Amino acid sequence: MKIKTFTIDGVELSGREDQTILEVAREHGIKIPTLCHLEGLTPIGSCRICIVEIDGKRFAPSCITKVEDGMKIVTNNSEITEYRKTILEMIFAERNHICSICIANGNCELQNLSIELGMDHFEIKNQYPRCEVDLSHEKYGIDHNRCVLCARCVRVCAKIEGAHTKDISGRGHNARIITDFARGWGEAETCTGCGKCVQVCPTGALFEKGKPVGARKKRDFLNYLKIMRGQ
Amino acid sequence: MLYEELLEKIDDQFLSKDKQSTISVCVAAGCLALGSDKVLEELKRIFPDRKVKGVGCLGLCSRGTLVRIEPEGFVIEHAKPDNIDEIVNFIQNPEKIGDENKKFYEKQQKIVLKNCGKIDPESIEEYILNEGYKAFLKCLNELSPDEIINEVIKSGLRGRGGGGYPTGLKWSTVAKMQSPIKYLVCNADEGDPGAFMDRAILESDPHRIIEGMLIAAYAIGANRGYVYVRAEYPLAIKRLKNAIKNAERFNLLGTNIAGTTFNFNLEVRLGAGAYVCGEETALIASIEGKKGTPRPRPPYPAESGIKNYPTLINNVETYANISTIINNGSGWFASIGTDKSKGTKVFALSGNIKNTGLVEVPMGIKLYDLIFEIGGGIPNDKEFKAVQTGGPSGGCIPSEYLNTPVDYESLVHLGSIMGSGGMIVMDEDTCMVDMAKFFIDFCKSESCGKCAPCRNGTVQLYEILDKITKGEGNERDLTTMVKIANTMKKTSLCGLGQSAPNPVLSAFKYFKDEFYEHVLHRYCPAGVCKFNGGNR
Ligand SMILES: Cc1cc2nc3c(=O)[nH]c(=O)nc-3n(C[C@H](O)[C@H](O)[C@H](O)COP(=O)(O)O)c2cc1C
Ligand code: SF4
Ligand code: SF4
Ligand code: SF4
Ligand code: SF4
Ligand code: FES
Ligand code: FES
Repeated sequence: MKIKTFTIDGVELSGREDQTILEVAREHGIKIPTLCHLEGLTPIGSCRICIVEIDGKRFAPSCITKVEDGMKIVTNNSEITEYRKTILEMIFAERNHICSICIANGNCELQNLSIELGMDHFEIKNQYPRCEVDLSHEKYGIDHNRCVLCARCVRVCAKIEGAHTKDISGRGHNARIITDFARGWGEAETCTGCGKCVQVCPTGALFEKGKPVGARKKRDFLNYLKIMRGQ
Repeated sequence: MLYEELLEKIDDQFLSKDKQSTISVCVAAGCLALGSDKVLEELKRIFPDRKVKGVGCLGLCSRGTLVRIEPEGFVIEHAKPDNIDEIVNFIQNPEKIGDENKKFYEKQQKIVLKNCGKIDPESIEEYILNEGYKAFLKCLNELSPDEIINEVIKSGLRGRGGGGYPTGLKWSTVAKMQSPIKYLVCNADEGDPGAFMDRAILESDPHRIIEGMLIAAYAIGANRGYVYVRAEYPLAIKRLKNAIKNAERFNLLGTNIAGTTFNFNLEVRLGAGAYVCGEETALIASIEGKKGTPRPRPPYPAESGIKNYPTLINNVETYANISTIINNGSGWFASIGTDKSKGTKVFALSGNIKNTGLVEVPMGIKLYDLIFEIGGGIPNDKEFKAVQTGGPSGGCIPSEYLNTPVDYESLVHLGSIMGSGGMIVMDEDTCMVDMAKFFIDFCKSESCGKCAPCRNGTVQLYEILDKITKGEGNERDLTTMVKIANTMKKTSLCGLGQSAPNPVLSAFKYFKDEFYEHVLHRYCPAGVCKFNGGNR
């Protein structure tokens, strides 16, 4: 395994060639906001919140970009912040988020991000799409009004549980999380009811019936899983 | 097998008829839709002694059906099935045919379209008789893979699918990969509105693509290839499949090609229908039978493509240049065009322009010459306003820049791109806000939805532009518009989202006043937008 040297925010650092910028940054206590990324799941680089500037000329998502020799990485400047805020604002505007009545209120990664990025006002128009709430599963429910399409649930269900119940259907802004052949979750024969998807969901979109999210979500359980398996 | 031996395989019947008195009827999709097949049949019946044949696109599609008569080289326009007497009269008295469109044909330089409108696309024999497969057999018999790749590098050829990546460099990357299996792909998913270059090439000269792919396959060491064609192109698919069958019949595809140990199998795959499937990683996913959505690069397909094997992917027009580069030499090719953009480019002219159709011009030609000399200018005595290159990924260029040479760098410098070759000309009656809205609407419905900036940015930009065209916009909307556009450009996952804001940003850059007229005075200078309560 080769070792690469580069700078992050002006500090000379090194990392293994298979490491991402995000991994190295976190090892050194450098904070980079993320949303779709979750340790233990295959990264897909889709939310673009974790972008960093490389060599002063291009922006790349740190969660999937591997470190390379000589890279000059900047994790925070006004331009990066503007892009992150705009993306986040658009994610909020994409669905119908009303925190005060949300079960995830106070324990939501989306909400935390908006605090972290200091979003004090919103300029982007809400899209107000019509979204369903599917309560057909005996234990769990999905509220599409709060989904950010991070696909964590899809990935954990396919790769960790091996059930392949969840998928994304539809294109563009019509994309929706579905279970099996887009029937109600309760009818999805492949679902084992393991609840892993609920645990990893960053928002209030997936929830266990009758329980507030704050009391339940253990989003870092995958890390334990990894350690247990000795990976 | 040498080229001379291949020529000997051709049946005498293809050589016998007097080449000098050919009547060629365009049977590419544009003219076929106007009933050119009926014209072809009638003329065959009326002139049994002359060689009457169907050919591919002659270029001036807006005046179809086109019939070209040799040896005069004149072209009869609007040859409709119910005008057959008039057509016969022209054929018998060719001097009566006007040549008002001489400039259209004369100012062009044809490499890719050399055979278009000349040979029968359904006949491999005609292709072979026009130097067809000569370059491939030369490569196979005389050149090493390295020598071929060097020729392509020296030619300076760049990808014609939009990005302009150096073709030789891509080939050498795939060639260097150590892998028992490598794949070759031809991207014929052409989805830009107004673009039909690749379709015309496949319909008019399909063997040229097969030959280009054979040379590439031999050079990089690939044995399997796919042509990924848009399902909406049934005629192109039919002709390509027919061409593959014929090439197999001549032992130019399949196993032990031309008596050597080289094997190459070529298959046609139909596109899944989404614009984004033309993006290379999405296209590969689609060929693998998965959902056609892009994935982050690196790794690039050259390292890890179909089933994780190294895969070379090039555009139709890129492959169409290869045989001529081998035949005429890289030096010859590199002498055409500009410093960094070599060779020619095919454009589909459309919009408010007299001669809509297909043209091929040397790189570096001035936009003015392309639009006013070859294209014949703007019809109905209207003023030129702007030209959109690169379709929904490109931008508009106003009249101040008509002197710009058409090459990759100059167009990018102006905020547009070369793109795959769509060129939409707009006259004074076009509203640039409305135009920007049209393109972003296209991207909005074509965004795959995987990454947040593009999925949401396209919707937001559309909503803002829609508001402005309804007279409901304000200055703050313009600031938000630019902010979103920049965010998309810099942070989207694939080329679709990265380039979708180009039409909006360039329209705003060059026609700022027009945007402000809309938001400040509820006035649409072009008179296109209908506001509630009327203009002003
Ligand atoms: C949204 C999108 C659509 C594309 N569509 C096409 C297409 O229809 N045809 C094409 O050749 N390339 C298309 N491309 C470019 C391809 O990804 C790829 O770069 C190209 O096929 C490479 O061939 P070249 O090097 O010969 O140009 C598209 C790219 C994007 C981002
Ligand atoms: S999911 Fe998070 S951001 Fe959305 S309403 Fe619930 S708490 Fe608020
Ligand atoms: S509960 Fe388990 S099996 Fe069912 S959808 Fe969620 S992750 Fe998949
Ligand atoms: S349901 Fe939750 S985990 Fe699944 S995509 Fe939506 S926000 Fe992400
Ligand atoms: S940029 Fe658009 S088309 Fe490309 S991956 Fe993102 S959402 Fe899909
Ligand atoms: S966290 Fe990296 S792209 Fe989502
Ligand atoms: S289709 Fe007949 S001239 Fe183009």
